[in-house]
Amino acid sequence: MADTYARLELRDISKRFPGVLANDNVSLTVMPGEIHALLGENGAGKSTLVKMIYGIMAPDSGQILWDGQAVRIQNPKAARKLGIGMVFQHFSLFEAMTVLENIALGLDTKVSRAALEVEILKVMNTYGLTLDPKRIVSTLSVGERQRIEIVRALLLNPKLLIMDEPTSVLTPQEVGQLFETLRKLAAQGCSILYISHKLHEIIALCETATILRGGKLIATCDPRKETPRKLAEMMIGANLKEISKVAGRTFGDVKFAVRNLTLPKIGDFGTALNEIEFEVKAGEIFGIAGVAGNGQNELLEALGGEVLAHSNDAISIAGAGVGKCGPTERRAFGLGAVPEERNGHAAVSDFSLQDNAVLTARNRMNMVSAQLIDPSASNAFSQKVIMSFGVKAQGTKATAGSLSGGNLQKYIMGREILQNPVVLVVSQPTWGVDAGAAAAIRQAIVDLAAKGSAMVIISQDLDELLELCDTLSVINLGKLSKPLKVGEVSVEEIGLLMGGIHGEVQHAH
Amino acid sequence: MRIKLEKRAEPSRFMLFATPVAAVVFTILIGAVLFDALGYDGLGTVKEIFFTPILASYKWQDVATKAAPLILIALGLSLGNQAKVWNIGAEGQYIAGALAGALVAYLTPGVASHWIIIPMVIAGVLGGAAWAAIPAFLKTKLNVNEVLTSLMLVYVALQLLSYLVTGPWKDPNGHNFPQTAPFTDAQLLPHSIAGTFIPPGLVIAFVLMLAFWLVVSRSVYGFQVRVVGAAPSAARYAGFSANGTVWSTLLISGGMAGLAGILEATSQLGQLNLGFPSNYGFTAIIVSFLGRLHPVGVFIAGIVLAITYVGGQVAQTTVHVPSASGGIFQALMLFLILAGDVLVRYRLVLK
Amino acid sequence: MTMDFIISAIVTVVGISTPILLAATGELVVEKSGVLNLGVEGMMLIGAITGFAVTFTTFNPWLGVIAAAAAGAAVSMVFGVLVLSLGSNQVATGLALAILGIGLSTLIGAGFTGMIVPQFSSIFPSVLSHDPFWRVIFGYSPMVYIALAIIFAVGWVLNYTRAGLVLRAVGENDLSAHSIGYSVIGIRYMAIAFGGAMAGIAGSYFSMVITPMWAERMTAGRGWIALALVVFAGWKAGRLVIGAYLFGALMTLELYAKASGFQFLPSQFWASMPYIMAIVVLAVISYRDRTGSEAPACLGKPFLPNS
Repeated sequence: MADTYARLELRDISKRFPGVLANDNVSLTVMPGEIHALLGENGAGKSTLVKMIYGIMAPDSGQILWDGQAVRIQNPKAARKLGIGMVFQHFSLFEAMTVLENIALGLDTKVSRAALEVEILKVMNTYGLTLDPKRIVSTLSVGERQRIEIVRALLLNPKLLIMDEPTSVLTPQEVGQLFETLRKLAAQGCSILYISHKLHEIIALCETATILRGGKLIATCDPRKETPRKLAEMMIGANLKEISKVAGRTFGDVKFAVRNLTLPKIGDFGTALNEIEFEVKAGEIFGIAGVAGNGQNELLEALGGEVLAHSNDAISIAGAGVGKCGPTERRAFGLGAVPEERNGHAAVSDFSLQDNAVLTARNRMNMVSAQLIDPSASNAFSQKVIMSFGVKAQGTKATAGSLSGGNLQKYIMGREILQNPVVLVVSQPTWGVDAGAAAAIRQAIVDLAAKGSAMVIISQDLDELLELCDTLSVINLGKLSKPLKVGEVSVEEIGLLMGGIHGEVQHAH
Repeated sequence: MRIKLEKRAEPSRFMLFATPVAAVVFTILIGAVLFDALGYDGLGTVKEIFFTPILASYKWQDVATKAAPLILIALGLSLGNQAKVWNIGAEGQYIAGALAGALVAYLTPGVASHWIIIPMVIAGVLGGAAWAAIPAFLKTKLNVNEVLTSLMLVYVALQLLSYLVTGPWKDPNGHNFPQTAPFTDAQLLPHSIAGTFIPPGLVIAFVLMLAFWLVVSRSVYGFQVRVVGAAPSAARYAGFSANGTVWSTLLISGGMAGLAGILEATSQLGQLNLGFPSNYGFTAIIVSFLGRLHPVGVFIAGIVLAITYVGGQVAQTTVHVPSASGGIFQALMLFLILAGDVLVRYRLVLK
Repeated sequence: MTMDFIISAIVTVVGISTPILLAATGELVVEKSGVLNLGVEGMMLIGAITGFAVTFTTFNPWLGVIAAAAAGAAVSMVFGVLVLSLGSNQVATGLALAILGIGLSTLIGAGFTGMIVPQFSSIFPSVLSHDPFWRVIFGYSPMVYIALAIIFAVGWVLNYTRAGLVLRAVGENDLSAHSIGYSVIGIRYMAIAFGGAMAGIAGSYFSMVITPMWAERMTAGRGWIALALVVFAGWKAGRLVIGAYLFGALMTLELYAKASGFQFLPSQFWASMPYIMAIVVLAVISYRDRTGSEAPACLGKPFLPNS
């Protein structure tokens, strides 16, 4: 259609933050009804770009054209007025409010409650979505929460819908449903800008892909005509590094055993843990898959000792019961733990790297005598972590918060690994980390296992678990499935378990 | 053109030291203008409040005497503030400490040995700590905000003091004044150490400053307090107990306030009366922030605030400003130091 | 107990509760937006002296109240700039505001001690306002009715209007509100100004209605009671009214105890009663709401978007 303008066109958009050029002359074009992928790894500048389209930030230079007209999008309200809807990666929802109130907040016109309910039902019918408008958001699953955001965006009859990493919190089955909805929307002429770093999804869904790397436009292509490997190389910029893992390894004695670990839920938004049982042998990498919010954080805190079990036998390290020991005692027994949240949990952002070393390594690395901390010892250990793991930082005095996500994660992992743990529990080892750092972290995990540590990896990234782990369990609503041997189980089976469909999984062997 | 804040990669050490100094300087400037605008002699007020106590050597003892309780209380508060445990009821703990110490004194009127001071001081520390234990208990067991409870207890302590000095503890020979009987000679500490203008409280404050300095900068406990304040989840992860920190910081800050209270009672007043509460507990909050929560900073800031106390009284008689003037300067200083805080973590950028 | 006694007790309770109710209503709005302003006591004192001074010069108590509201809002902006634009610690800044208010009001008020201002005349005919029975409804200062109207209006706005929804949203999740496109900082500035104005009016009630005189620190810690009241009410407007009258009843008890020369308990016991009760009430309420789900989720947290 030669007479139609592009729905959205970006011309030479640039945006600079202190110390980094987040977008460097980026251009892209989205046609009406097109599903357009914006592909890039963490830190490539995807989020910055869409925030400018949605009016949350203003570009330093460049032009935005909407239906052929140059526009300035001052704020999200202006964006919605043009017909731009957005579904955020970290949802912009209000936990203590109802679905209806949440949706009303996203609309710019005043609608009565009754009229709004009718409209919501109409949209849900059209796209086959289900939601109870009167429910409080905090009681909903992650998938349902995403639906609120989608309904909120659809109520505005958007001409362009921006989806920021929408599938990172969904089961494979839920992803399928989402794609159905998106295709239906596109067929009606709504353009979709789909942000992701998951290659197979982009190949399955999108007609065009714009690839960003380090803030620069790398290529625009038809993903259906490319191989995942080719796309990945464009995204990462170097030939992909394979993880080197010795095949046919044998494992030693059981080093970590969890028996009948049951904990009540804490607070309104927590998940109870229900009879968790598993064991990990020396050298084994044990993975725990699952959709976010099914008890992963609670499990990590229970394993690390932040929350105590009711009996000592519930958790044992190399045969010693530690269920009622706190984190410091468990570390003395050789347990290391890395929680998902880096800033504020695994590390203190306002503290120097040196002080962050004291956080967990003070006793095992002999930094304390007579209740006094020896700064030279913590400095030396911190320096060693930085050197051994190639952490890019301005020395041990730099604050943790000044490091990029990937570098901080390398530092935290290094801090735990260099303490030679008997057992290391890691949650989301590569969440929000660039590909280079992710590869280094995964390699470090494999190497530590090869030295005889028992490893527990909790992750929502199924691909990562399948690549790293020897054994895998799925956590759903605080219950852990039977352990499955990686290589003998299909993605579909795992997906069903993630969605809460239990039952005996048939083993091929 | 707009002024924007831009986060620094690391906190600025320069600003950390420069902003408290700037806060004092700007307090003087703004104060002069403000008092001029209110129809007083602005320059004269500033001169009397900030400079007379320094220049006139006969005021030094007065400054040192007021600095001692301020520093003692603020040392304890700074520890709590680092853990983001907000004890704003030090005034009540100061009173409770003095009452507990005085109780020991009234139970032992016949003891002629000077050693009686020691149980009195211990009782003072315990009294202050016990008063602070109430918010600690409520915070850790029932999750009650310590800001409000510690503050409410100031009012309760004030009433308790008023009850005791007008009732059971009233001096029978006191011509019906609301005051207790004077302490016996054995129960008194000197106003100042013989031959100097230094009160005993200031010596104790100096020694404790060194102790706090060691604890805060080098000990595992000092580290624990900082982690609990900066990132509660990280503290749990590191194996530090949040409840333990609430208890210990409140007991320590309450004990320090109690110590200040009993020292003030035995070395300066020699009895208790309705005029005993003198806002040291509240002013110490300003001392703590002006001193950047650091023991050495607190020591210096305590002296600065003591100067405004003494200067405020001077200005009252010489340039006839109201008694509240000192308080205005103190509040201004706190505002400015808080505003200056932002420069430590952010830089201002003109766009 | 005679009817007269009951009626005069009710009249006293309602009168004495009004300033706490006004200040707590303002603080409720501030806290609903996610900001904790501990400076209520200071803003009240500023309002008390401003209302008094303006009434003294203009002989018009209405102008006095308006000026008190304006002055309360103005000093609250000092807090607002520090906390919102400079991201300073809310607890410490609120405290600084309280100290400033105490000092500044004493300074300004130094020339006004011992003076008397004209009071509000009743808005109802004296047949009703002085009737031994009907004064229980008609016998109050106009400020009492205005205060009740304000609290009902605030309750309605918070629960049933879009403005209230947005205000609650900002206090519930500032980042979400920001990303949907609401001006978190702007809304919080308005909330803080409203809180300041309410505290100012509450203060003027002390110097213009309770006694037509100015005295140093005449609010006597009621600002802190107002803060406790917001927690007691579980951040709900309706419960605020009940709570305020409960505290009012306690304070009335103190007055009666003093007047009747109750001997079995010292007057200091009654004087400390509101504070002890505030602590007890806070303990009970906090225990019931251990997870803190009633408080606005962002209460007291600084918001500095990095762009």
